[in-house]
Formats: sequence, C-alpha cells, structure tokens
Amino acid sequence: MALYNDTVMEHFMNPQNVGELENPDGTGTYGSPVCGDMMQIQIKVEDEKIVDAKFKTFGCGSAIASSSMATSMIIGKTIEEALELTNKEIIKELGGLPAVKVHCSVLADKAIKNAIYDYAMKNGKVYAALEGYDPNEDEDEHDHDVPEEE
Amino acid sequence: MRNVYLDYSATTPVKEEVLQEMIPYFTEKFGNPSSLYDKGLESKEAVDNARAQIGALINADAKEIFFTAGGTEADNWAVFGTVDKLKEKGNHIITTKVEHHAMLHSCQFLEKQGYEVTYLGIGPDGRINLEELEAAITDKTILISVMMVNNEIGTVQPIKEIGKIAKAHKILFHTDAVQALGNIPIDVKDLGVDMMSMSSHKIYGPKGEGALYIRKGLRISNYLHGGAQENSRRAGTENMTGIVGFGKAAELARVHFDEHVKHCSELRDYLVDRILTEIPDTMVNGTMEARHPGNANITFKYIEGESILLMLNYVGISVSTGSACSSKSLEPSHVLSALGVPVEMIHGTVRFTVGDFTTKEDIDYVVENLKNIVEKLRMLSPVNAQKGW
Ligand SMILES: Cc1ncc(COP(=O)(O)O)c(C=O)c1O
Ligand SMILES: [Zn+2]
Repeated sequence: MALYNDTVMEHFMNPQNVGELENPDGTGTYGSPVCGDMMQIQIKVEDEKIVDAKFKTFGCGSAIASSSMATSMIIGKTIEEALELTNKEIIKELGGLPAVKVHCSVLADKAIKNAIYDYAMKNGKVYAALEGYDPNEDEDEHDHDVPEEE
Repeated sequence: MRNVYLDYSATTPVKEEVLQEMIPYFTEKFGNPSSLYDKGLESKEAVDNARAQIGALINADAKEIFFTAGGTEADNWAVFGTVDKLKEKGNHIITTKVEHHAMLHSCQFLEKQGYEVTYLGIGPDGRINLEELEAAITDKTILISVMMVNNEIGTVQPIKEIGKIAKAHKILFHTDAVQALGNIPIDVKDLGVDMMSMSSHKIYGPKGEGALYIRKGLRISNYLHGGAQENSRRAGTENMTGIVGFGKAAELARVHFDEHVKHCSELRDYLVDRILTEIPDTMVNGTMEARHPGNANITFKYIEGESILLMLNYVGISVSTGSACSSKSLEPSHVLSALGVPVEMIHGTVRFTVGDFTTKEDIDYVVENLKNIVEKLRMLSPVNAQKGW
C-alpha cells in the first residue's frame, strides 16, 4: 500500500530534466508556493522542435513527478505537438494519480503552455492553440477543484 | 533498512505490558460486565479497576471516568451533551481556532443548527488571550472548550486560568486533553475543569478507546442511548480489551511519568537543536516553553512538506506534515494558519513527535537523512533564499 504507484515514485525520487537552461528560448511558470505547488519550465527550440526542457518545482510528490514526466514527454516534440499535451495524457503516462492529486499535475501542462507563449512572444510566432491565451488568466483558481475519480 | 517512527502524536504502539493485560479479555475472560454471575462480575471488576487507574493519572475519582470509543466520542459527547442539557439557558459556545477536528467540526455542525460559536485565536506562543476569552462571554454562553495541548504544535493552554474564568461566570468548561494525557501533569481538581476528553491510543494503549471525565455532581445529556452501562450514562457493551488496555496504559503513564517526559524532551530538544543548526532556513513553530515533551514542529523554507514526508518514508522514517497537498481536504493546517505562519511556509512544515521507543541513534539517522533530502528538494525548487518566495 503506497500513496503513489512505482512510476510516479520513480519520477519523484529520480526526476528527469531538473534545473535551468543557460539560454532558454522560453520560460513559463505556473502556480505559486502559496497554493502549495509551483512549476517553472524552460525550453530550447530548434526548427520549431523542442530540443531540450528543464524544470524546477515546488510541490508535492505528484507535482514533481508530473513535472519530470511532462518535460520528458515534450522533448523531441514540435511546438504544435507540445501544445496539444494534456494533463490527462501526463497522468496516463504516470500510470494514474490519486484523485485528490490530479490538480497538482495541471501545473505541468499550464507551465508548458506558458513557456511556449513566452517563446512565441519573443519570436513573433503565432500558434492556433495559443489564440486568445492569457497566461495570467486563471492563476488564482487553478488549484483546488478536485475532479471526480475516473 | 532502519525504521524510525516519529509520529507518536498520531498514535503509539501498544506496550507489551498493556497487551499482556488485554489478552485474557479476548478469550477466557469474555464475560459481559452486566451479567450477574461470576464471569460477568470478573469483567465488571476489570472495568472498575481500569477506571481507577485512569482516575489516578488525573486525580479524579474512578466514578468520574466514563469510557467512550475514543477521544472523538468524548469530545462529541461533551459538546452535544452540554448543549442539549443547557438548551434552555443559552446557545453560545466559546472554543478556539486550533482545536482538533473532533471539536471544530462538532461546533460547525452546531452552527448549522443555529448555535453561536466564538473561535478564539492564539498568540505567537500558541496560547489564547484570557481577556479575549472573558470578553467573548455573554449571558447565552453555555460552554467553554479549550484544548489542553495542541496536537500539531504541542503548545499548552493556560487551563487553570481558563477554569477560574469559567467558574466565575458559572459556565461549564471542557478541555480536550487527548495530547496532554501522560505528557504534562494533569490534576482535574486543581485545574478546575468540568469535563475532559482522553484517548487510549496516544498513551501506548489500544485504539478505539477513550474516556470523558465528568466532574462529580455534573450531569450532561447522554450521547449514546441504550443499555445501562457506565452508570447509565454511556450505553453499549463495554470494549473490555480496550478498557483494560487503556487502564494499564494509564497506570504505566503515571508510574513512569518523569522518566517519559525526560526521555522525550531530551531527544526532542536534541532533534530541534540539530535541525536548526545544521539545516539552513528552518524554524520552529510555537514556543518551546511548557510544550508537549515529544513535539517538534518545524518549517523547512522553500520546499513542500509532502515531498519531505515521502522522501523520509523512502528511508523508513514516519512523520506528518501541515501541507495542504498531503491532507485529503487540500487545506493547509488550520493550527499553523492561526499561529500566523505564512501559507507558503505551512506547506513546508513537518511535525516530528518522539516517544518512549525513540533512541538517540534514531534522531541521528533522521537528521542525516533530512540534510540530504532538504538539499535535494531545494535543488528542485524554483524558490530559494536568494530569490525569495
Ligand atoms: C487533540 C485531539 N483530540 C481528539 C483526538 C481524537 O481522538 P481519537 O483518535 O481517540 O478519536 C485526537 C487524535 O488525533 C487529538 O489529537
Ligand atoms: Zn500537490
């Protein structure tokens, strides 16, 4: 009996892609220590492809594990593909999270979006998936609505 | 791997001597204490013996001890039994913001029924302000309930002074002494409490057993209705093994009190000293003065408590945390909030409680592991001392 499955624990105990990039093409953060979870992610982009990503996370086991998983998942993807990454897919790759912990992994897909948004703004790029996107919009309410167990 | 249990405020193991007392009551001594033949009387005698053992620990008469199914039931009984008994007199309760949920949620339930509840705050020392208490009293106040020792930060309330105020205003005074029992000296007569909640599993007795002390002469309404057990005050066939175990645990707590307090406070102080000097950006929550001897509540800035808990668990160490993410309700600790700890720091707070089976080697093992874990999590964190929150 453990709180998390082995995949989650592996990503928590030995997280991948930890740290900061020297010259990131985009930086995104999401959440805040007040909410209990905060993630920063940086990406390196070449030819519309994410060639590297690094993260730093303040948060619980599932926040750290989903940060590690999400960065692993976007490396090698195109920007368009990365923008399609959902919270659900991250959780699925992790083999599932306890229902009360689902909100913690929302951080990862939002932080990625914010990093790409930063990249797009700096480079004058336009992506359909970012149309009308405001990274600061629901900063305050990202957290504590607990979704139903699936 | 080494196993180090530092969560004695959550629960304790049953001591061997306690278990040995309990075992016959599962098998050969199975009589119902209400039965009139020898086998029943043998059980009744055991219940009364346990009652006396608990009375001796708190300077109460055996007849003032009423067994319940734990601290939660004792708290519920005290509140609901009092408000029912005094419903003609008033509808106002005074308690604190830092009570256990057994008390807080009972009061919130009553608020929905139309009762008024005042929740007193606490100062930086974790104590309520007595003037504030006195000012909160109205002619509708029927109960003051203030816990003796807080379960998260281990701080002790000025129970005797509160008792005097309650008495002066002729208001009933209940205290939740679940964390205090066996850990600080308790003399119900000296303290002037009318009712007091206790729980067995915090003092090396079995779980699911507790008691409510009700001062002689005081009658509150019953909470459980049925048979004539517990002098017709609390119905239900007695949990014989629980009661016998609780009694023995209380006796051990009384006989070994000084030893226990010295052992725990020395190890606790050693743990706190080492953490504060060897791990930067840490702080203790709540005053160290007159505190639960085993309690250390520590904030590790810039990291989150569940992560610390998980990594400690990975190396065999059991602790608890005030972090919201680790609680099923996703709310950060209401006690640390009331103490004024900023929310981002509450998330990084860990409660360590040492007990009778803790050793110095255990503490050394915990500190060495903590140093690595805190460093590792701080490397992972986007916030730090330089950047700030
Ligand atoms: C202060 C306090 N009150 C009440 C309780 C509830 O006691 P029990 O677990 O016996 O129901 C606890 C136990 O966690 C406690 O710490
Ligand atoms: Zn979380």
